[in-house]
Amino acid sequence: MIQFIVHDEDDSVGVVTVEGLKANDTVSGWIMDQDTLIDVKINQDIPIGHKLAIKDLNKDDTVIKYGVDIGRTISKIAVGDHLHVHNVKTKRW
Amino acid sequence: MINLNQKIYGYRRDNNRVGIRNYVVILPVDDISNAACEAVSNNIKGTIALPHPYGRLQFGEDLDLHFRTMIGTGANPNVAAVVVIGIEPGWTQKIVDGIAATGKPVQGFAIEQRGDTQTIADASKAAYDMVHYATGLQREECDIGELWVSTKCGESDTTSGFGSNPTVGNAFDKLYEKQSTLLFGETSEITGGEHLVKERCANDAVADQFMFMFNRYQDMIERFKTDDLSESQPTKGNIEGGLTTIEEKALGNIQKIGKKCVVDGVLDKAEMPTSNGLWFMDSSSAAAEMVTLCAASGYVAHLFPTGQGNIIGNPILPVIKVCANPRTVRTMSEHVDVDVTGLLNRDINLDQAGDMLLESLIHTSNGRMTAAEILGHQEFVLTRLYESA
Repeated sequence: MIQFIVHDEDDSVGVVTVEGLKANDTVSGWIMDQDTLIDVKINQDIPIGHKLAIKDLNKDDTVIKYGVDIGRTISKIAVGDHLHVHNVKTKRW
Repeated sequence: MINLNQKIYGYRRDNNRVGIRNYVVILPVDDISNAACEAVSNNIKGTIALPHPYGRLQFGEDLDLHFRTMIGTGANPNVAAVVVIGIEPGWTQKIVDGIAATGKPVQGFAIEQRGDTQTIADASKAAYDMVHYATGLQREECDIGELWVSTKCGESDTTSGFGSNPTVGNAFDKLYEKQSTLLFGETSEITGGEHLVKERCANDAVADQFMFMFNRYQDMIERFKTDDLSESQPTKGNIEGGLTTIEEKALGNIQKIGKKCVVDGVLDKAEMPTSNGLWFMDSSSAAAEMVTLCAASGYVAHLFPTGQGNIIGNPILPVIKVCANPRTVRTMSEHVDVDVTGLLNRDINLDQAGDMLLESLIHTSNGRMTAAEILGHQEFVLTRLYESA
């Protein structure tokens, strides 16, 4: 059963597609463009629709989704971390 | 695979445009004529009043937009006939003349020197005749390519980018091959993906026009912003749904224009396309404003992907909701016309999802009511550019 989806294997993030994922769960993801599967252990509870990091990121790194820049990190982020407005900001406006 | 050579049953208007609804509209020129319009609509069954809060002391480009929106709404092929009521005769007649160019029945009434009660009596008589006329019209066979179809997404989340928006994109690619007239917009929600839209423009002139509209909107935001717009763009609902930045939201948004369609032209707000193909319209990204502009531009059906569950409708433009978020479909199913949650667990592919949406478009075109129509969503929200004089 797929619990998260990644657009492209070079993306930094995947998106949770099921409800109720808890910290320390090992979850299965589908990488759409390459049609491959990966497993990641998540470090926090992550709600449906929210993102998990599938790459380690440093502060001020660029976050990639759809193969495109979607913003910058404002703190270090590890694989399996919940990635959202608390640790990523827009580069615009 | 859906057969897009099948006929739909629509109302062919005098100007040869095809409508899929058959409204008799009671249209106020201005805010203070709303009461008379609502009274006429209450007297005469089978009519719909479109109250709104503007139309007084506007000037310049903002006034031009008001007239375009009023005339475009009345001229829309989903409208069979129109009664226009304004406080004074000058601007009332200007809107009547604009709508009359389509050949449909339209009559104007001014309240000054007559008062509400006499105006309501006279306008009710005219509306009575229009309902007789409109209800005598028959649907006839039309080509799917004759439908003008617009799109805008709302309360988006990450499932919009994976599921419901690419579903619209797949449907748009298929409609584009049928020489449909298509439209997208939401200028601010392209921020971060503007280079991708620019690459899709038919030629340099179109690309330059698109970038002009894009930069004009960015300049407005830069002028008025007090922070990074988080909670406005993306909205609180978007953030709840997992979208983090405007760039992420934009990349999901532009999935709606599919993979094959080309951006053939660029419109200012409520302007009308001059040929078939895919058009970009500079517009607000707020759902009710944008869909109202689509209706004023002459669009007769609207594809609306949502993630967290935007409930919007429009008084004259049927809004078809498509959703890929299982929680939203579970908790708000009465607002969802097309459930494409199967995309997220690979039960269906994008081609099948696109066909499901087109199937719903055909049913809607033939007269089946959308979720928003059944629930009475009639948001008629005019875009303003600046303060009144």
